[in-house]
Amino acid sequence: MSKPQILEGSRAIALTIKNIKPSVVSAYPITPQTHIVEDLAHFKADGEADYEYVRAESEFAAASIILGASATGVRVYSSTSSQGLLLMTEVIFNIAGMRLPVVITCANRAVSAPINIWNDAQDVMTIRDAGWILLFAENHQEAVTQHILAYKIAEKLNLPVIVNVDGFVLTHSYEEVSIPSEKDIKKFLPDYQPKNGTYLDPANPRTLGAFATPADYMEIRQELHDDLISALPVIKDEYEKYNKAFPSLTHPVSARGGSTPLERGIIDNGLLEYYGSPRAKTVIVAMGSVVGTIKEVIDEKKSSGGIFSAGGGIGVLKLKTFRPFPAEEIIKILKDVGAKNVAVAEKAVSLGYAGPLYLEVKAAVQGKINANVKNFIVGLGGRDVTREMIRSIIAKAVGKGGEVEFVGK
Amino acid sequence: MSIDITVQPGSTTINKTGGWRTFRPSTDLEHCISCGTCARVCPENCIKMTAPLLPKEGLGVVPKPKPQTDYDFCKGCGVCASECPVKVIKMELERK
Ligand code: SF4
Ligand code: SF4
Repeated sequence: MSKPQILEGSRAIALTIKNIKPSVVSAYPITPQTHIVEDLAHFKADGEADYEYVRAESEFAAASIILGASATGVRVYSSTSSQGLLLMTEVIFNIAGMRLPVVITCANRAVSAPINIWNDAQDVMTIRDAGWILLFAENHQEAVTQHILAYKIAEKLNLPVIVNVDGFVLTHSYEEVSIPSEKDIKKFLPDYQPKNGTYLDPANPRTLGAFATPADYMEIRQELHDDLISALPVIKDEYEKYNKAFPSLTHPVSARGGSTPLERGIIDNGLLEYYGSPRAKTVIVAMGSVVGTIKEVIDEKKSSGGIFSAGGGIGVLKLKTFRPFPAEEIIKILKDVGAKNVAVAEKAVSLGYAGPLYLEVKAAVQGKINANVKNFIVGLGGRDVTREMIRSIIAKAVGKGGEVEFVGK
Repeated sequence: MSIDITVQPGSTTINKTGGWRTFRPSTDLEHCISCGTCARVCPENCIKMTAPLLPKEGLGVVPKPKPQTDYDFCKGCGVCASECPVKVIKMELERK
């Protein structure tokens, strides 16, 4: 196990990918993911890595190159952001439809116009229906964990995975992080060995990505859907195995004493994490780095007393896995803590209606729990989400009405 | 994943696509002049000119090749009918 270091988020991801040992890396530079692939290109140039690094003329090409490489039965990697992911869209759908275990990082960034290079999650929400597993990391260490997990799950289930990290907030900030060694990763994530006849091989010619008539298409799509749903327990299970393999890297600090995780105010599995009061009147649901700020607010309320007290408590429910959507888990936690107000705070909006995460949470809890569910759109285009804003969301979450609100300051 | 979504090369023709057709070309072989135009223009490559039979000894006449349409794949586009120089291909509403 390697020692904790102070690393830039992009470098932490690049070092992790180097130790995961993909055979082919292809990418096109786009802010804010550029540092990741720059580092990977450096490792290759310096003789520290032996993957093929294929320079592409666009993200469409980069995605196509890793699709083709993955179809030959090897491990691949790419990384992108914003317009880059949108340019990949057609290939993104094909990768999932062809059941290729591709892993890419999306350094989440706003989508034009107006042009904006800063962070929000609009880019990935645009391809949420493509059939990929979508993971969201809160901090550097979680990003490292999720990349290793991503390959394990992808190769086990033949489903591609996007690991989402907030652009700049994670990619360009420095934090303490440990990178598991190549040897330790290999113990958890063995070499990729696709089954014969499922990949392109001159000795055993097969056609991949062929057409399917109305007689078969629907069953194939349904299987992709069903397999994504059945990935939920696998993600939980693999996360537990990861915890066992790297015990020092994943457990969040215990908030307080208690015999069950919920009494301690902490639930943590591969799908989600709950942090806060075991009895929480108000629960904020969020994803990614903003959860760190929300935890700060919960901690400050906790130290000023009251917030962890019965009835008036506050908690944050962090989704790590957005697709497949862990509806049952969400309902269970909201029930267990007795949530009366659910505030979904998110950095994306389905223009013309509401935030995509809110729509999912609302649909999931409909008829299952009796709570006000409200939507707060925050942090679009890199707008800072301050503790002050979180406090105002907590206040606004109480009561009915005003379901979708943009909180800009 | 239980459905095998990879396939053997060259197996596309397992899927019979003639069912997409609305109009069906019907060729009057008696008046066909065996020019081969229809076979050359068919975008689905589903008209074959049948090989001429070898002349029997003493027969003296070489039978001309005739077009044969493969209705398993003909989409009924009508290109053959429109290009036939002697207009012996008629497009008729397909009845199933
Ligand atoms: S109708 Fe079209 S597809 Fe059918 S035989 Fe004629 S040219 Fe070919
Ligand atoms: S184009 Fe008309 S005349 Fe020529 S071979 Fe075809 S059917 Fe016969």
